[in-house]
Amino acid sequence: MDRPGLYVHVPFCRTKCPYCDFYSVTSLSQVPAWLDALQREVLIYKDRFGTFDSLYLGGGTPTILGSRELTQLMGALFEDFSFTHDPEITIEANPDDITKEKTVLLRDLGFNRISLGVQSLNEKELQFLKRRHSAKQAEEAIEVVQASGYTNLGIDLMYALPGQDESVWMATLRRIVGYNPAHISCYQMTISEGTPFYRMLRHGRIQAPGEERERAFFLLTSAYLEENGYVHYEISNFAREEKTMSRHNIKYWRHVPYLGLGPAAHSFLNGLRWWNLRSVAGYCQALDCGRSPIEDRERLTEEQVWLESLFLGFRTREGIKRNLIEGSPNSGRTLREIQSAGLVTLEGDRIIPTRKGFILADSLPLLFSH
Amino acid sequence: MTQIRNFSIIAHIDHGKSTLADRLIQYTGLVSEREFRDQILDTMDLERERGITIKSQTVTLPYTDRSGQEYDLNLIDTPGHVDFSYEVSRSLASCEGVLLLVDASQGIQAQTLANLYLAMEHDLVIIPVINKIDLPSADVDRVKDEIENELGLDSDQIILCSAKEGTGIEAVFEAIVNRIPSPSGKKDNPLTALIFDADYDLFRGVIISCRVFDGTLGPGVIIRLMSNGAAYRVEEVGCFRLNREPRDRLSAGDVGYVIAGIKTVSDTRVGDTITLDGRPAPTALPGFEEAKPVVFSSIYPIASDDYHSLAEALEKYKLNDAALTYEKDSSAALGQGFRCGFLGLLHLEIVQQRLEREYDQSFIMTVPSVQYRFTLEDGHCISVDNPQYYPDPVVIRGSEEPFIQASILIPERYMGAVMKLCLDRRGENSRFTYPSPGRIEIRFDMPLAEVIVDFYDRLKSVTQGYGSFDYDFIGYRESDLVKLDILVNGEKVDALSIIVHKDRAREWGVRACDRLKDEIPRHQFKIAIQGAIGGKIISRSTVSPFRKDVTAKCYGGDITRKRKLLEKQKKGKKRMKIVGSVMIPQKAFVAILKSKEE
Repeated sequence: MDRPGLYVHVPFCRTKCPYCDFYSVTSLSQVPAWLDALQREVLIYKDRFGTFDSLYLGGGTPTILGSRELTQLMGALFEDFSFTHDPEITIEANPDDITKEKTVLLRDLGFNRISLGVQSLNEKELQFLKRRHSAKQAEEAIEVVQASGYTNLGIDLMYALPGQDESVWMATLRRIVGYNPAHISCYQMTISEGTPFYRMLRHGRIQAPGEERERAFFLLTSAYLEENGYVHYEISNFAREEKTMSRHNIKYWRHVPYLGLGPAAHSFLNGLRWWNLRSVAGYCQALDCGRSPIEDRERLTEEQVWLESLFLGFRTREGIKRNLIEGSPNSGRTLREIQSAGLVTLEGDRIIPTRKGFILADSLPLLFSH
Repeated sequence: MTQIRNFSIIAHIDHGKSTLADRLIQYTGLVSEREFRDQILDTMDLERERGITIKSQTVTLPYTDRSGQEYDLNLIDTPGHVDFSYEVSRSLASCEGVLLLVDASQGIQAQTLANLYLAMEHDLVIIPVINKIDLPSADVDRVKDEIENELGLDSDQIILCSAKEGTGIEAVFEAIVNRIPSPSGKKDNPLTALIFDADYDLFRGVIISCRVFDGTLGPGVIIRLMSNGAAYRVEEVGCFRLNREPRDRLSAGDVGYVIAGIKTVSDTRVGDTITLDGRPAPTALPGFEEAKPVVFSSIYPIASDDYHSLAEALEKYKLNDAALTYEKDSSAALGQGFRCGFLGLLHLEIVQQRLEREYDQSFIMTVPSVQYRFTLEDGHCISVDNPQYYPDPVVIRGSEEPFIQASILIPERYMGAVMKLCLDRRGENSRFTYPSPGRIEIRFDMPLAEVIVDFYDRLKSVTQGYGSFDYDFIGYRESDLVKLDILVNGEKVDALSIIVHKDRAREWGVRACDRLKDEIPRHQFKIAIQGAIGGKIISRSTVSPFRKDVTAKCYGGDITRKRKLLEKQKKGKKRMKIVGSVMIPQKAFVAILKSKEE
């Protein structure tokens, strides 16, 4: 039985990065109200989700929180929710927040996995991305985390940046592999509507590399990391070994229940998905007045669950169960077609995307839809 | 006593026929300003949009002249397109005179001529009217010359008007009552009434529009349709104001409607003669012909579950359009559908658009075909309008295709371009006349098949809109025909097959492959598109696969947004036809008909 996961959204950043479309604000004065509201939200879901085996503090920038706030937050979570004896407890960290003291604090609060937002080890790229840290700071942060005894370190990187040269990307990747982290996430730059980068793209001030170059970057990245012993277990995720895959993230891809607390957080339980208001003020106000901070919800139909299973499955190395597509018209022929195009392989009763199949994961489900 | 005048307005498209009709109606006070919508007679949306009259509408206008004499002026509207020339001829047969409307800046066009000849065949009084004299580009003197020289009409008889501004309208009325004779015919003779239109009313059934030549009829009498002998009891007769207005009887000379419990318009034939069952006329009125479809195309529902809904829609549509024929058809690629016959390409477009808009159907229409004739080795002769039934080439002894005589009227400077267009379309036996300085009429014998697909659009484009076109059937001629198939990833898409002249096959094949390549979206795998005659590939193109479409992020549990995107794409897929594992969008089936060079 898959246990549920718990997510807490910390919607604060010191500065906004121009590519990011996750919800966060820079007015840190709202932190106390948010923390207050969050503790009220915890009470709403107390006893409703069973025993969690993962906790993930994401953001925003969770490491922006000071020791008092983190302690208060973790105290509330552990008081009102139950966890297994060995939960995976992750915090997303910015290199400029990492000090020896901080890592000790995090360890004392129970965190056993740090996901470090390095993004690049090239100074120019870091400036372009408006990150607050330098390459040197990032490497020091990695060393500090490793020296403080964390074995489960994840490093987040970005590639296929506008104007990026493959050699620059590979230099970053090689250096990171040199540290031998347990987990590496390589996110291809996606320019989303509403971000500063999106406006720059529209005005022609930056240019996306385009389909063919993005594809080349992806294949190169995957090949290089697999040669170096990493398992490419999801489109953007690589793990040193099976047990260092992100236990928490996998739940999203398998329709395992999860509870998301905080503004804009999503939750899923028994076919129902709901999400909170995408506003710190709105979220706090609702909870202060004893109202629910939920913005909207949806009950998934059987067909929606099916479609999600398909597109989520094709994004992971697990693939999909073959019987999922058996009712589709022409499925046999289509399957042969994508098999001979080298996009999937058949393993037992599963259809597994290949490296080339991963980058078509968005459209593979449509081939089998009615 | 009220006198009668029966007349039509004939004009080239866009010369202002509907506007003049509106102005005449308004002048007689039949309709208040408040009720008045521009172009009252064109009721269908499609007509309004394209500015052409498809279904004719008739109206009886009350008019009192300067001397106080009262008249019923029956305006019989006519469809304004070559596809409907038979309908036009029946309307004209119901009149004693016509207003020949000519645009003051465009002058005489091909249809003006064609209409004039029709009117002359029926011995009608012709009243030339120059319209749009208010246009800055109007050249009244030149157009007067054209009318005198090209049409041979007396320039003193010409009336100048601007239907838009309402000038010259009274002169039009005076000409109608003074120059057009009142109808002859006797009330006491056996009944003969000419059906020139039929309409369907949900509650009353078929509403016949007719012109009574001899005799009289009213409610309660039993009428007989002379082409098939079917008899009906008359429920109501009357005349058309803007709505139907019942009367006690219709008598010799009258134009009006008859309701007689007839179920579908297909039970009536335009051109047929109505007589009395108890006292039939010895002979029917001349000129009756069965409407014969000349263009054929199959329609298939996009979603195969919609077959029954499409069948129902066709059945309902057919109630009001006797000219459409259809029967069941089936395709390996597209499933169950219907093979339809149309009077021409415009008729086809009308049916297509009305089924889509008024009956909310979405379907795929295949490449239009004409009816070919094949003589087989065993001596049998067969007609084939559906490429699916193209006979095995080894048993074909001879093949023939229908030819038309095209008449194209253009300013001289476009002659080269038009000659090239016609020769490209296998035009032969060209002849020229010069109706007036600077203008030329080109006549060509051409295969009908070359005209039904985008010929008129091309003509318009190479003559910058100045070319006008009309045609007549001249019969079947021997022709070297082949069947061209289109294969998508090795699978034949039977709905894309066409029968085509051997010399044009390659061009068609290249064009189809090219067009499909643009319309079929990229897939995850390579798609080969081929044109083939028998087993021989004559053209090919490739849709290269897309290779990357994934966006990196799907984290934090916001799966909903991504799924919604997919659901949207999935809807798009519903508008596609799946052949093998390839999705072909509906518009690909249309695109192969369109020229690219526009």
